Amino acid sequence: MSQKEEYEAKIKAIAPTSPLFKNCLFAFLFGGGICAFGETFRHLLMRIGLESSDAFVQVSVTLIFLSAVLTGLGIYDNIAKIAGAGTLVPVTGFANAVVSPAIDTKSEGWVLGVGAKIFTVAGPVLLYGVLAGTVYGLIYYAVSLFGGGV
Amino acid sequence: MIHTFRHAPGILTAAAVGGYEERRGPLGEAFDLCDPSGRFGQKTWEMAEEELARTALNAALGKAGVNAKDISVLCAGDLQNQCCASSGGLYSFGIPFLGLYGACSTCTESLLVASLYLSETYSEKRRLAAAVTTSHNGSAERQFRQPLEYGSQRAPTAQWTATAGGAFLLDSHGADVLITECMPGRMINSLILDSANMGCAMAPAAADSLCRYFEESGKKPVDFDAIVTGDLGLVGASMLRELMKEAGIPLEENYRDCGTMLYDEKEQDVHGGASGCGCSASVLSCFFLPKMVRGDYQDILFLSTGALLSATSVQQGEAIKGIAPLLRIQRRKT
Repeated sequence: MSQKEEYEAKIKAIAPTSPLFKNCLFAFLFGGGICAFGETFRHLLMRIGLESSDAFVQVSVTLIFLSAVLTGLGIYDNIAKIAGAGTLVPVTGFANAVVSPAIDTKSEGWVLGVGAKIFTVAGPVLLYGVLAGTVYGLIYYAVSLFGGGV
Repeated sequence: MIHTFRHAPGILTAAAVGGYEERRGPLGEAFDLCDPSGRFGQKTWEMAEEELARTALNAALGKAGVNAKDISVLCAGDLQNQCCASSGGLYSFGIPFLGLYGACSTCTESLLVASLYLSETYSEKRRLAAAVTTSHNGSAERQFRQPLEYGSQRAPTAQWTATAGGAFLLDSHGADVLITECMPGRMINSLILDSANMGCAMAPAAADSLCRYFEESGKKPVDFDAIVTGDLGLVGASMLRELMKEAGIPLEENYRDCGTMLYDEKEQDVHGGASGCGCSASVLSCFFLPKMVRGDYQDILFLSTGALLSATSVQQGEAIKGIAPLLRIQRRKT
């Protein structure tokens, strides 16, 4: 065993680990709660006459807006501390990842502060999300050339 | 190597300043001043830390009834890039300045450098030196980790950077409490990369310093009223006990870690305890020194522990190095 592995084993014996079951449970409850809220809200919007596709967009915009406001009020991180992946994975997590650096870097100015650093957390999601979308699109296009796809 | 001061400088006065969590903690009452907003009347966290440093030094000067122009040298440091909290907060005092960076070991480092200065320039004429160390949760989280409002779960081993600072006035002609010995720390590679477990990154350095000290001095842990480390936290302190046991010098009941004293681990959501260079500075100032002045403690070893890393060094795969300079602080024999 190398010295590094030996020390890591020692740490493992001492250091407490994250409560996996509790974290999973809360992630399920909070994440599920957010999705259930979104779905209920979508049905309400359709009830008052919105098209299904418009209602989807409205739900996303509303969740993003609520996350941004809660982040600004300093409440979001307190919820996320308990909810974990439950607030991170839905679109709420993305909104928080954009708004929190914006708040932090406002003191450094609108251009070199907020402008340059607003995507420091969400940047990888944007870059690799767009990249993955492009690759998927190319594959989809190639398949459709040979009569596959829809 | 242990250096014994020929003219042991005394700690004339000390002041501790903190924020919200520090006030709520078990030592909250003992702080000289706390600002629950953590803003100290400033617009940004960085400027708040500057104000924290300024307030701490003002308090220490005020307690001693000393004017800033009577201080020969100011040794100060913090966690901000280029130590801007110290320069920004303390330049207006007009005291000759030595800026220091030892990560969270800065408190011991600044006292060590200031003591060496006073000892070296010792003469009939009394000289004073100041040592100031600060950290701020707002400025440190922003620089080393995530934006403050970013919603995430912290690892159970992660520690809470203290919004705290300590200022000390040292007197070349001694005081009730003396700094009698010092020993700079070696940089010890912890081999680990986990910046959410700084306690274990620093524990090997603390063990190295303690082992070297006990070996060279021939003393034992029980010879001291307290052996105090800076901010190993709950996990790091357990690791140090383990490492010392393996080295054949087990630590006894008198071992304390400032990182486990600043907050109430049950009441406050701080996970692995406190960290930040202001942690050991404020705990020394508001807990250990008053105990020594009262005579509860006669002789302690004090080692602030530092994790030498930057956000970039960790991302580039460099293991974290730890450091733990040591001071022996004794009550003047009457």
